[in-house]
Formats: sequence, C-alpha cells, structure tokens
Amino acid sequence: MNALTQNERNALARAVLELDVNNHAGVMSHVVGLFSRRAYNVDGILVMPVGDGGKSRIWLLVNEDARLPQMIKQVEKLEDVLAVRRHGADHAVFERLEEFFQA
Amino acid sequence: MSATPTEIRNAAAEAACRSAVETLSGAQIVVRLLERQGITTVAGIPGGAILPLYDALSETDRIHHVLARHEQGAGFMAQGMARATGKPAVCLASSGPGATNLLTAIADAKLDSIPIVAITGQVPKAMIGTDAFQEVDTYGLTIPITKHNFLVSSAEELLDVIPRAFTIAASGRPGPVLVDIPKDVQNQRIEVTEWPAPGLPEPAPAADAAAILAAVEMIAQAEKPILYLGGGVVHSGAAPLAVALAEKASLPTVMTLMALGAMPVDHPLSLGMLGMHGARCTNLALDECDLLIAVGARFDDRATGKVAAFCPGAKIIHIDIDPSELDKIKTAHVGIAGDVGEVLRALLPLVQPTLRKRWLSHVAGLKVAHPLQTPGIDDPRTHYGLIAAVAAALDDEATVATDVGQHQMWVAQAYPLRRPRQWLTSGGLGTMGFGVPAAIGAALAEPQRTVVCFTGDGSILMNIQELVTAAEEGANVKIVLMNNATLGLVYQQQTLFYGERIYASKFQAVPDFIKVAEGFGIRAVDLDRADQPRAALAEALNTPGPCLIHASIDRHEKVYPMVPPGASNKDMIGG
Ligand SMILES: Cc1ncc(C[n+]2csc(CCOP(=O)(O)OP(=O)(O)O)c2C)c(N)n1
Ligand SMILES: [Mg+2]
Repeated sequence: MNALTQNERNALARAVLELDVNNHAGVMSHVVGLFSRRAYNVDGILVMPVGDGGKSRIWLLVNEDARLPQMIKQVEKLEDVLAVRRHGADHAVFERLEEFFQA
Repeated sequence: MSATPTEIRNAAAEAACRSAVETLSGAQIVVRLLERQGITTVAGIPGGAILPLYDALSETDRIHHVLARHEQGAGFMAQGMARATGKPAVCLASSGPGATNLLTAIADAKLDSIPIVAITGQVPKAMIGTDAFQEVDTYGLTIPITKHNFLVSSAEELLDVIPRAFTIAASGRPGPVLVDIPKDVQNQRIEVTEWPAPGLPEPAPAADAAAILAAVEMIAQAEKPILYLGGGVVHSGAAPLAVALAEKASLPTVMTLMALGAMPVDHPLSLGMLGMHGARCTNLALDECDLLIAVGARFDDRATGKVAAFCPGAKIIHIDIDPSELDKIKTAHVGIAGDVGEVLRALLPLVQPTLRKRWLSHVAGLKVAHPLQTPGIDDPRTHYGLIAAVAAALDDEATVATDVGQHQMWVAQAYPLRRPRQWLTSGGLGTMGFGVPAAIGAALAEPQRTVVCFTGDGSILMNIQELVTAAEEGANVKIVLMNNATLGLVYQQQTLFYGERIYASKFQAVPDFIKVAEGFGIRAVDLDRADQPRAALAEALNTPGPCLIHASIDRHEKVYPMVPPGASNKDMIGG
C-alpha cells in the first residue's frame, strides 16, 4: 500500500483559514468557541498581532468536511472578523512550524 | 421601547444643544447615550455592581424604568417591546445572578432574531478573575447566545460601544447584544466634548441582480409554486410586499410560526402555518409544489419535518439577509443574500402577472378536502372555542402573545392573525415563561393596544412574579390562562409516543390562580363560573388594565395534526 505523503494527507482532509481580526481580549474566544460548540475540530491555531497591533491575524488548521463552507460563513458573521481567506492544507504557515512540534 | 429614526435625530439634536464640555461618570454617559438613542423605557433589577448606573438613571425623567421581579422577566419585557415595535429595547441587570438570570431571555432573542441590548454590571476591573462576590464570566457565558458582546474597559469606550451595540442589534439579521460594564468603569469620570451619533441600523448590502433575474425566470416557469414566509419578512417590514408578490404571481402562501400575521390568515392565498402542527392541506400542498420561494425563513426542523422529504419535487429560491442561512439546511437553486424587503421590491415589477388557475384550484380543493379541524370552535368552553371567542371580542389592533405548549399551538392555528407584529411568541427556543413578561413589554411599548397573552398553567408559573409588575405599571395585558392542570404538550407526547406512560406531566397540586392573581393585585375572572362566558370574556378584555382570565381545558385534548418528531410532513397524525 502506498503511504500518503504528509502533504497529500493534508490536502485530502484539511484546510487552512486565514482570518483578519480586531485585536482585543475576546476575539479568540469568539472564533474558537464557534468551532468548538459545533464540534468542529481545529487542529492548529496561530495568532499574532499585525502592523501597529490594532489588528491580528489568526491562522486555523481545520478539518475539511461538508460543513466547512457553513463554518466559514459563520466566522464571517463575527463582528470582529474583518476577512476570511481559505487556503489548501499545503499552505506554508503550519509546515514551517513543524520543527517546533516534534514529539 | 425606542423611537423612530426622526425622533432619535431630534432627541440627539436637542441633546447636542446642551452639550458643552461636561465631566460625567461612565454611568451618566450610558444614560445620556440611551436618551440620545431615543430609549424611553427600560426594564431591569438593580444590584451592587450596577448601582452607579441606577443612580444615574434616577437623575433623568426621560427614561422610565420598569422594575421587573426577576431578571428573566426584564429580558422578556425588553423582547416584548422590541417584537412589538421592531426597534431595539433595553434590559438591565447586576453582575453574577442578575446576569445569569438574563441568559434565557437573551438566548431566546438570539434564536428569534430580536434586537435587544442587555446592559449588565460587573465587579470592578481589578477584581475580575478573583472570584469576587457576584462575579461571573458574563462575557464568556453570553458569547454563544448573543449576536455580539462587549466587556467595557473604560468610560471613553462607552461612547463607542453603546451606539455600536444598537447598530449591531438592529442591522442585518437583528439579535441581542450584551454590554458588560465593570463598576469602576461606571464610576470613572471623564470629560465629554463630543457625543457620538446614535447607533442606527446599517443598510444591507445590495442583492445580486442576476440572481433576482434568475428567480423571476424560475417563478415564470413554475407550475406549482408556493411562497414560504419566515420571521425575516416581519423583521424587514416586508409583509405588504410579500402579499403583493403572492397576489401578482398567484402564489399559495405558507407561514412559519414566526411569520404569522405577515399575510392575513383569511387571505384567499393563505395556507396558514406549515410544519409540525400545520393543517393537512398546507403540508400536502407543499409536498406537491415544484417551486418553493423561501423568504426570510430558515428551514427550521419544526417547519420542514424530515428535511429530505420536504418539498421533494421542488426547486428552491431562498432569499435571506443572513448569507449563512443560504444552503445551510437545503441547497437553493437560486440563493439571494439581501434584505428581503429590498429584494422583493426589486423582484416585484419584474414578475409577470400570472393566473395559475389549475394550481390554485387544486390547492383550493386540498383546502376543502383537508382543512384544519377545529372541533368545538363555536363553544367558548373548549380550547378552540375560547380562542375564537377572544378574537371575536377584539379587533386586529390587539396584540397576541403566547407562552409555550399546546395552548401556543392552538392559538397559532386558530387565532385570525392579520397584522405583522401582532403575534409575539417564542419560536426558536420555545421558552415557557415568555408570555407574561413579553406581553407586559408590548403593552408598555404600545399602550394604545390591548395585549392578550394566552398562557398555560405550567408556563405562567415560570414568570408569575411579573403579575405584580403588570399591576404596578397598570399594563393593559389580558392573560388568558388555559388551565389543563398539566404540562399539556409533554402529556400529549407521552400519550402518543411513549406508550401512554404519563410521568411528571400531570400536576398533583394546582394553585388557585384566581386567588394568586388577586394576591398579586390584578383582577381575575373565572370563565368556568361565568353563566355567559362570551359576555364575561368581552367585558374582561375590554376593561383597561391587567386582568387574568381563567378557563379550564380538558387535558386529553391534543394539538392535531401532528408530524411525529423526525417524520416527514406528509405523515401527519390526527386532524
Ligand atoms: C423553560 C421550559 N422548560 C421546559 C419546556 C418543555 N415544555 C414544552 S411545552 C411544556 C408544557 C407546557 O405546559 P403549559 O404551560 O401548561 O401548556 P399546555 O401545553 O398545557 O398548554 C413543557 C414542559 C419548555 N418549552 N420550556
Ligand atoms: Mg397546561
């Protein structure tokens, strides 16, 4: 049996979401709560402020299933979410982090 | 309750005149912003963490504070004001238990898209996270049940947050917004040089013109179309447009529980309420339709039954202001994101007048063959008869609120609702205890109307304490208590689906509701003892002020037809 490469596995099952958000204390719980209360698994989260710190960017590594388009629409409805972009699981942002996540 | 945009602008202009540089506390700023917003009535209960705000409220005579007897009551009063007027309304509570008591009313507003602004006190900032007395994470608790929420960290922020709270509550798909204000922020004094504009609803983004054209084409092609109206039609003020579309394109029309009143039930095109307790003819017509035009409706499971079997042969046009509703439950052939009023206004001139004789006469045949059965409707001592007798004693200006249970469904089926915002009911959350405080709120917002609240012996006890609030306010609410000494809807389900194993649904002890009402200071009329129940009813309904009207109902009565939970709508039982 051919083993899937990491990339292929990701491409099948995962997606990366890039969110531009207002940077304040409650934003993360708004975003993450949306996924957890719908039992939608988030595998990876990365957040850093951008520019002068008034805004942040959140990267989410999520399962890709039939509910993803609905999840994205729900995320877009959040007041503090300014934009949502969807990428394939092969996006560099989580791959470059892999060295920090060796078992 | 709140004011029209013009009134708001006038109030703001007036307020602007008296504003030089002022030094004000956060609490005074909130009160001033509420005044500028045109808010004239708020409901709440004070407590330690919100006392600065109450102190500031005591200084204004432009806002009437209604002292509820439980914060859930205050929340539902705000809902009653907002549902009756369509404008955001305000409730207040202290930290900790005050805030947790509000939660049910907030969640209810979320599910039915009702614009309320809840303002809660919080422990001082420095004590947050210390398990201080009456500290609870109100912000965290309300994330999933609000449209948006704020934890305010400075008095300056209030100048931005309060107007935004109103804008968010009323824009797009309306909903509840919570503003949590720590006590020290309420006490913080700052100089205010300039006041922000009141928060008004933002216009919805324009709908896709190509999609509208595609919808026009689908309506022209359809042979057996049905118009399916939801609460969004009422929220958008689009009921007259929806009726006009139905008339122009000859569309038999069904309504969700939330949309009742959007088209008068006795309109020739009306098929009344669809779904779990809809008439057979309504669900059967839906089963046959080849085009379903969903307007401001969200394909709720009580409306659709088993989704896969809902309108199995139909193409779907779905119009909704909330893009996340499109394709959520059913994939639309044409989905149009936009304010339903604006979309209907654009659609209407493009739709060809059509007669559709075959389809309309077929639907008329279904109505004759499978109408809603309302046994006893001529006898005011039966459930349907009581509802009909109440309606006969009132006109369309009356507002009709309900609690939750069999009585709610019977009223939804049998009351001749003819006016949008005439009907106030807890649809999405189905909250027992909604009725009495919501009716009080509606009566305070529109004192010229008579507000009837149909309630049950179970539901009324969940917010019975607000009877004294009704007495105190002299609210013109008529509470029609349909007393079956039973949690009737539960009893019905146990009878039908749990092998008649009746458990925990029959009350052993039933209060003397006449004495209870009188004890709370409101008039009570017992129809059971009236020789002329119609006359007694008409007299009670048409005498101003709060009144409880008590009527016994046979607990064996059922709400029929009924689609068993999980079944398809065409597999109704009874009726
Ligand atoms: C707060 C709350 N608790 C429980 C329920 C479940 N429930 C739905 S209807 C009902 C019975 C309502 O009894 P009553 O108010 O007497 O109305 P009836 O059905 O007898 O007309 C119950 C317990 C609910 N909807 N809301
Ligand atoms: Mg009952």
